[in-house]
Amino acid sequence: MTTANRGQTRERAATFILKRHRMRAAEALPWLVAIAAFFIVPDRMTFGSQVLIMVMFALSLDLILGYAGIVTLGHAAFFGIGAYTVGLAAARLQWTEPISGLFAAAIAAGIVGFLTGWLLLRYRGLTLLMLTLATAIMLQETGNLRSDISGGYDGLPGLTFKPLLGVFDYDLYGHTYYLYVLATLAVVFYFVRRIVYSPFGQALTGIRENVRRMHAIGSPVHRRLVTVYTIAAAIAGVAGALFTQTNAYVTLTVFDFDNSAKVMVMLILGGTGRLYGAFVGAAVYMILEDYFSKLSPTFWQFGIGLLLVLAVLFARRGVLGLFESFGEYLAERKKR
Amino acid sequence: MPHVANIAVSILFDGLAYAMFLFITSVGLSVTMGLMGFVNLAHGAFAMAGGYIVVSLTRTLGIDFIPSLVIASLVVGAVSVLFERGLYRRLYKATDLEQVLLTIGLAFMAIATFTYFYGPIPKSVPLPAWLEGDVNLGFRNFPTYRAFLIVLGTALIAVLWYAFERTNIGAKIRAAVDNRRMAESVGINVDRLFTLTFALGSGLAALGGGLAIQLLGLSPSFAVLYLVLFLIVVAVGGLGSLKGTLLAALVIGVFDTAGKYLLADAGGFFVYAVTVAVLLVKPAGFYGRE
Repeated sequence: MTTANRGQTRERAATFILKRHRMRAAEALPWLVAIAAFFIVPDRMTFGSQVLIMVMFALSLDLILGYAGIVTLGHAAFFGIGAYTVGLAAARLQWTEPISGLFAAAIAAGIVGFLTGWLLLRYRGLTLLMLTLATAIMLQETGNLRSDISGGYDGLPGLTFKPLLGVFDYDLYGHTYYLYVLATLAVVFYFVRRIVYSPFGQALTGIRENVRRMHAIGSPVHRRLVTVYTIAAAIAGVAGALFTQTNAYVTLTVFDFDNSAKVMVMLILGGTGRLYGAFVGAAVYMILEDYFSKLSPTFWQFGIGLLLVLAVLFARRGVLGLFESFGEYLAERKKR
Repeated sequence: MPHVANIAVSILFDGLAYAMFLFITSVGLSVTMGLMGFVNLAHGAFAMAGGYIVVSLTRTLGIDFIPSLVIASLVVGAVSVLFERGLYRRLYKATDLEQVLLTIGLAFMAIATFTYFYGPIPKSVPLPAWLEGDVNLGFRNFPTYRAFLIVLGTALIAVLWYAFERTNIGAKIRAAVDNRRMAESVGINVDRLFTLTFALGSGLAALGGGLAIQLLGLSPSFAVLYLVLFLIVVAVGGLGSLKGTLLAALVIGVFDTAGKYLLADAGGFFVYAVTVAVLLVKPAGFYGRE
């Protein structure tokens, strides 16, 4: 290939990536909805904060499951590490400044993510499923073993945090918290979006689609997987930290298998590997759960099971995938 | 008998009984996963269903415990064929993730259904008189029910070993686990073989569920709570290996029991530590194919 030719190819590749990376108008929609919710249902902001936290948690899972194709049953481990970093710092060390708490949680969860990722990501299939699951449960059991520090299954209740930025105090309806969580989510989302559309993100998709070929073209597969696993762990840690801060308590149930399964279900319902799937899935799941589990928890559990079965059989790409298929169908009809 | 030896014997005995339950319940999962690579998280739900059928048969219809166990295994084995034909079959070629999601969805639905009909409170069953109390083995007393579990488990192991290693159908299953394509090309109908082993495995799971009522208690959450242990046994033992599943069940059973005896606070920590240690060294389990 001549130099000029290569330059041309590079330019074409660059414009292609830039074009894809460009923000579209529709991408403002979830943020507008989140801001609108603040004004329309101001009395449900505590619930709203929980939805946004789950969005962030699902977003972190999307990075590893949706983009890198790592199937894990223990993602709650990192959520729990983040939650307990902030909880323990506040309860045992009187470190109650919220924003530095988020960074501490991200670092702690990131370190655990790096270590376990480096060790576990060389395995696949059932072995990887069991190892990630065992990691989360071992953290939970460790917490239970040292209940003198962690508070065991009773948890760390009644935590208080300093006002945000030293100025904004928390009100009864959780308005401050909602905006705080929303702002954090926006920062995290921008970061994740940059990653996904970077060459690194492309390499991850390549690994998901065909590991062998990525090995063959000399891509450092393991290093890439560990990197994204660490990043996702740190983000899940931030989500966990926000969980502790907004609820003012934390118990060992954050490490539950249920928590890992729940976030996966949310992401699947929304659609994997498309960033906004986390938004749609978490919101839909949380709102349905809020409504139906009040009605009857048994009924809700049956419903979520049925939803999963139907999603696998008929809508493998989630709610957003359904919309896409519908859009394609319309475009197809227009052409005729 | 000195105190320490006494505890050691108790741990071994209880661990062995527990291991038998784990083996009976997990062996079907191991073989079906080895055959089709299908991740079946609804396996625990089949075990739970078996347990509840035993509860209904003994308490409502007044049938004896042992015949109830047999009926429950047959019913669940037959019903599981419907699931295999109707649902699982569509996903053999799908990804791990899709199989996980479908089967966990089924498990959730099963838990909800059984909670609706039986309530969330653990159930018990009336045992025949000869299974109650203790049995004296010469040097000390042991609970009869656990002794029964060990005898039954050993008998089942012998039968399964014979069926697996000495019969035509067992040879076909081993061939299909080793190399599915090759087995198909020499004319073995792997699909039908799979349906058969799936039904057998689910039936055994139901038997395990029935036996678990007196050992561990039976509530609807059983389907997910113990599923993790079954999966651990399968992963540690190696997919599709009878020998591996037995060894893994023994190791996990004894370690879990020892952990609960010696360090009650640590709970399940031992089991998971052992699991991680084994899988890090042997990712495919004791007797799995790398």
